[in-house]
Amino acid sequence: MNNQNLIETIKIKHIEDIINYYEEYGYLNVVIKPESIRNIISYLKTDEDLKFEMLVDLVSIDYSQFPEKKPGRFGLAYHLKSITHNHRVAIRVYLPEENPEIDSIHDFYKNANWLEREAWDQMGIKFKGHPNLKRILNHKEFVGHPLRKDYPIDRRQWLSEPDDLMDEMEKRLKEKGIIR
Amino acid sequence: METKKIITLEEDSSGIQFPTDIDTKEIVFVNIGPSHPAMHGTLRVLTALDGETIVAAVAEMGYLHRGFEKDCEIHPYQQCIPYTDRLNYLSAIMNNIGFAKAVEKMLGITIPERAKVIRVITAELNRIIDHLVCVGTNLVDIGALTNFWYSFNVREKVYDILEKLCGARLTSNYIRIGGLSRDTYPGFEEEVLDVCDEILEAVGEIERLTEKNRIFLDRTQNVAVISLEDAISYGWTGPTLRACGIDYDLRKVEPYYDYETYDFDVIVGTKGDNFDRIYVRLYEIRESVKIIKQALKRLAPGPIMTDDKRVALPPKIHTYGNIEGLMNHFKIIMHGIQPPLSEVYDYTESSNGELGFHIISDGGQYPYRVKCRPPSFMNYAAFPQLIEGGMIADAIATLGTINIIAGELDR
Repeated sequence: MNNQNLIETIKIKHIEDIINYYEEYGYLNVVIKPESIRNIISYLKTDEDLKFEMLVDLVSIDYSQFPEKKPGRFGLAYHLKSITHNHRVAIRVYLPEENPEIDSIHDFYKNANWLEREAWDQMGIKFKGHPNLKRILNHKEFVGHPLRKDYPIDRRQWLSEPDDLMDEMEKRLKEKGIIR
Repeated sequence: METKKIITLEEDSSGIQFPTDIDTKEIVFVNIGPSHPAMHGTLRVLTALDGETIVAAVAEMGYLHRGFEKDCEIHPYQQCIPYTDRLNYLSAIMNNIGFAKAVEKMLGITIPERAKVIRVITAELNRIIDHLVCVGTNLVDIGALTNFWYSFNVREKVYDILEKLCGARLTSNYIRIGGLSRDTYPGFEEEVLDVCDEILEAVGEIERLTEKNRIFLDRTQNVAVISLEDAISYGWTGPTLRACGIDYDLRKVEPYYDYETYDFDVIVGTKGDNFDRIYVRLYEIRESVKIIKQALKRLAPGPIMTDDKRVALPPKIHTYGNIEGLMNHFKIIMHGIQPPLSEVYDYTESSNGELGFHIISDGGQYPYRVKCRPPSFMNYAAFPQLIEGGMIADAIATLGTINIIAGELDR
């Protein structure tokens, strides 16, 4: 399916969720309202003609120093791929500077759990309903979100305490029914 | 099964919290890594063991996090390429290509035919050495030590070629935006052909030592099985996904650099267990050799760098001979490469799977934001699920089969 057909198919059911769409270097980008992310993702994943089974990547962007004005300070790009039909799309949302928050999609894609943790760690975007939203690349004592444009690249922090991981382990053991 | 429960968490003298009132008769917590020889880099996994069986596992990453993405934001595009060497340091040229290809897409540059063919040859050589390291060290983990020398001997010979080609073994920094840093040396074709034969010989040796080896088969078959749905849901690509039984290879489904014109097969597994993952990699080496042999025939003399004035330095005769050449040289040295204000997501099939770069340009000489999509990240996300229910020795073997490279995982 080419990009034109793709956007037509998405528009049939979700015209009111889409803000706009554009093609950049042959890659379809669809900007949607942040509150409808779960609707759109669930539709894209399950629809027979679309079948976006894979979340390729989740990119978080801080647009605060970008020359072009964007609807919000933060942007997220969900890169989706359909293995069956071999097409791709980027679903984009813009989030405000104050309290950037969006619904988690960890139950649709298994890797979304870690990708959302990375976006939280690096950019400080909160994912509502995420089971374990803690830092992943940086240390647990780290203060701030390093990929934000207002985080100076040469700022150093003293981090000493190792993470014992028992909080996650306890959760996992409970899920498995080994402890109550 | 008797019930076990945690009542309180009490701090012991080391400051690390462990559950105290758990019925520890059966559950033992063992922390593996981050600096353990079997963990291949700086990976850490905390396991809860019942006897020797892992009942629950939690993985941690970030011990090799160097801030690649943030570093790119203060470097000109060309200077980001040495940083990409340090992502997957076992196949550095493939990362160079991935980054350069994305920037070239932004600039709308097509690279010359010779540069394209050399990129294919070096990329496939890198795929071979990456797979050889993966298979060789993986077999060491399950006790088959001899294979290690078969794979590493020939890997060293490939590195000899790469060293002659670009002056470095691991961190090659060979690709330039718009082409290559230098042309091949005299005798390159013959040396690559010779090493191809040695590679095939080594693959044959490894295959003969393992394919009917009872111990190897028992250790790998039906161990750490993952279903195709789960693998796709975890975002697995590359050999690990193909081992689950789907012929998904970006070189075939979304070809670049004329891969569609090369004659090679996509290797597919059936079950998605450790055996499939090792053998998909081993057989892929043969396919890469096929591609290299075809590419060598296409290697015709020609330029290795585009003549696009936005990225390529002019020939020295123009720099010293006329004012346009001098200005062009000055502009590129002082102001760097400046892609137009836009965003691009571009991807290549690296040795571990889809290596993607999401690059945002604000029109200046530094990237506004670079996001790397490392295939290891997705593979490692599935690691706890893979090893739960298995033995602890199999966890080490499984880690090898999904080939986690810490540099790429943590960036």
